[in-house]
Amino acid sequence: MGKLLATLKKDLLLLTRDKVGLLFMFGMPIVLAVLITAVQNSTFDLVNNNKVSLVLCNADTGACSRLFRDQIEKAGIFDITEKECQKGAIKLNDLMEQEDALVGIFIPSNFTEKIRASSILVTEQILHDLGISGDRLQTKQLMAPSLVTIYYNPVMQESFRYSIRGAVNGAIQLTENKQLLNNLYANFNEKASPDSLENMIREGQTGVKEITVSQNGMAVIPNATQHNIPAWTVFAMFFVVISLGGGIVREKTNGSFLRLRTLPTSFLVSLLSKQITYLVVTISQTIIIFMIGVFLFPAMHLPKLVLPESTGALFLITFFSGWCAVSYAMCVGVFARTEEQSNGFGAITVVILAAIGGILVPSFAMPNSFRTILNFSPLHWCLESYYGLFLRHASFGTIIMSLMPLLGIILFLQLLTFFGLRQKRLI
Amino acid sequence: MAVNSTAIEIQHLGFTYPGQSEKSLSNISLSIKSGERFGLFGQNGAGKTTLMSCMTGLLAAQEGHITVFGHSLKNNLKEIKKFIGFVPQDFAFYQELTASENLEFFGAMAGMNRPAVKKKTEELVEILELDDYKQVRQLSGGMKRRVNLAIGVMHQPRILFLDEPTVGVDVLTRQAIMTYLKKLNEDGTTLVYTSHQLSEAEELCETIALMHEGQIIAHDSLTQLLDQHKEKELEGLFISLTGKEYSRENG
Repeated sequence: MGKLLATLKKDLLLLTRDKVGLLFMFGMPIVLAVLITAVQNSTFDLVNNNKVSLVLCNADTGACSRLFRDQIEKAGIFDITEKECQKGAIKLNDLMEQEDALVGIFIPSNFTEKIRASSILVTEQILHDLGISGDRLQTKQLMAPSLVTIYYNPVMQESFRYSIRGAVNGAIQLTENKQLLNNLYANFNEKASPDSLENMIREGQTGVKEITVSQNGMAVIPNATQHNIPAWTVFAMFFVVISLGGGIVREKTNGSFLRLRTLPTSFLVSLLSKQITYLVVTISQTIIIFMIGVFLFPAMHLPKLVLPESTGALFLITFFSGWCAVSYAMCVGVFARTEEQSNGFGAITVVILAAIGGILVPSFAMPNSFRTILNFSPLHWCLESYYGLFLRHASFGTIIMSLMPLLGIILFLQLLTFFGLRQKRLI
Repeated sequence: MAVNSTAIEIQHLGFTYPGQSEKSLSNISLSIKSGERFGLFGQNGAGKTTLMSCMTGLLAAQEGHITVFGHSLKNNLKEIKKFIGFVPQDFAFYQELTASENLEFFGAMAGMNRPAVKKKTEELVEILELDDYKQVRQLSGGMKRRVNLAIGVMHQPRILFLDEPTVGVDVLTRQAIMTYLKKLNEDGTTLVYTSHQLSEAEELCETIALMHEGQIIAHDSLTQLLDQHKEKELEGLFISLTGKEYSRENG
C-alpha cells in the first residue's frame, strides 16, 4: 500500500508539472465543446429561428407571381428584399452580393401565363372526366412549364438547400392550387373562389406531431448541447493519450523503469497507479465539461445541458469510458519507442477513432461501409452509452448491457499492454 | 574494509542477446568478497554493462549461474533486490521531480517506511550537497550524477553496483563521488564498479577484473596483477594481455 501511495504521489506530481498535457486534457476539449456547440446551435437557429436573407426578382406582373411571393413570405423563413430585374436573372448574382443574401429567386415574366394555362388544362380534364364539359377537350397541348430559378450562396450546405427548396415548392403548389380552384369555381359559378375557401384548404392540412423516442417517455428535446457535451467529453478522455502515453515513454527511456526493475517492487504497481491517476483525470474532465454545459452554456445563450436522472448510471458510463481511454493511452505508451511516436500516433488515432466513432460525424450519416468499421472504435461505444442515457433515457439494465462491448475493449487493451510489457521485458 | 564472506559468486556465465549469434559474455567465473571494492574494467563493448545487468537481474543469463550472499539469483531475485543497489550509467530518475522527491519515491519503492525515507533523504541531500530547490532537469550534469548515485544508495544496499558513475563530470564532482563511495565501503557496502577509466580503478578498487570481448582476461588484486605482469600501470597490463592499445576515447 505504501508503494502504491508513493507512486500515486509521484504520478500526481508529474501530472501537475506537465503543463502541455494538462492543456491538451482540459483546455482543448473545453474549447472544442463550447465552440462546436455554439456553431451547431447557431446552425439550428439559422434554420429554426433566424430568417434566411432572400433577394426576389419578379419579372412577372400577373396575379400568380404576387400570390407566389405572398406564399413565400408566409413560409416565415425568409427575410425578403424585392428587386427590379425585368431584364433577366443574370444580375441576380450581383444583387445577392449587394444584399449579402443567401438565396435569390427569379420569377420569369411568363409565370402567371403558364400557371393559368396549366390550370385551365387540368380543369378541362377534370370537367371532361366528370362528364360536365362538352364531348371534346378544347385545350390541345400542355405548355412547357414555367421555370422559377433559385440561386444559392455557395456557403449554403445541402441540408439548408433542401429546406429552402421545400418551402419554394410549397409556395408554388399553393399558387397552382389556388389558380386551379379559381378555374373550377369560374366554370361553375363564373366567380373567383372566396378567400375563406383558400384559407380552409391551406389551414386544414393534416398536422404533423413530432415525438423524440425515449425509453422512459421523458421528453427532453435533443439539441446541440445534449449531443455535443457527451461527444466532446469522450474525445477529451481519449486525449489523455498525450500525457499518459508520453509519460510512459519518458519513464521507459529515462531509465526510471530500469531502476525500478532492480528494486523489490512490481511494475504493475506503477501501472495501477497510472490507471488510478488518469481515471481521476477523466472523471474530472467529465465533471468540468458537464458543469460548463449546465452552468456556463445558459449564460452564453446556448441550450442548458439536462443531466440524466440516474447518477449511478452516469458514473458507471464515465468510469468505463475513462478506463477505456486510460487503457488505450497505456497501450500506446508501452508500444511507442519515442515520445514523438506516442504523441503523434496517439493524437492521430484518437482523431480517426473519433471520426469513425461518430464524434465528428453522426454515425447515422455515415455510408453503409463505415457502419461495421465504427464498431471497432472504442469512442463509438462510449458515445453510444452516453447517448443511451442522455438522449434515449435508457434504463439502468440497458446501460449495463451497452457497457459490455466497452468492457471487452478494455480487457483487450489491458491484455495487449501486458503482453507488450512482457515482450519488452519491462515486467 | 574487512573481507569476510562471498558477496557474489559467478560460475560459467554465458549470455547472448536475442537475435545475435555471437555471445556477449562467455564462460565468466568470478567471486566478489563481501565488503570488497571490486572493479570491472575494459573498453566499450567488452561486456561490462552486460555482466552487471546479469548480476542485478536485469538480464537473465542463458548459461551458468549467479549467487548473491548464497542466494541463487534465478530463484530468489525478489529477495536479493532488497539488498542490492544500482547506479546505472544513464540518468535513471524523474527529471520533473526534485532530488528529494526522487529519493522519497525510490526509497518507498525499495520498501522503506516513511520515517526512514524522510531521515535518509535529509541525510543524502546534506552529504552529497544536492540542490533540492529545482526540478532535476534544471540541474547541472554533475549534480544529476550525484542524484543518480543518491537514489542508488537510498535504501542502504549491502552491494552497490555502479556502472560508470563518473561519466561526464568535472574533477570536483568526481572527487566528491569517489570520497563518498569510499565512505560507503568503510561502512560495509560492497562496491561493484565498472569504468573505462583505468585511473579510477587504480584509485578506488582493491580487486579488479579486466574484460575483453566478453571474457575476463585477468582477475586479482590490483597490486598482484601488476606484480605478476611486471607492469606499473593498468594500461600497460591491458596492452600486455590483449596485445592492443587501450583506447581512452572509446574505452
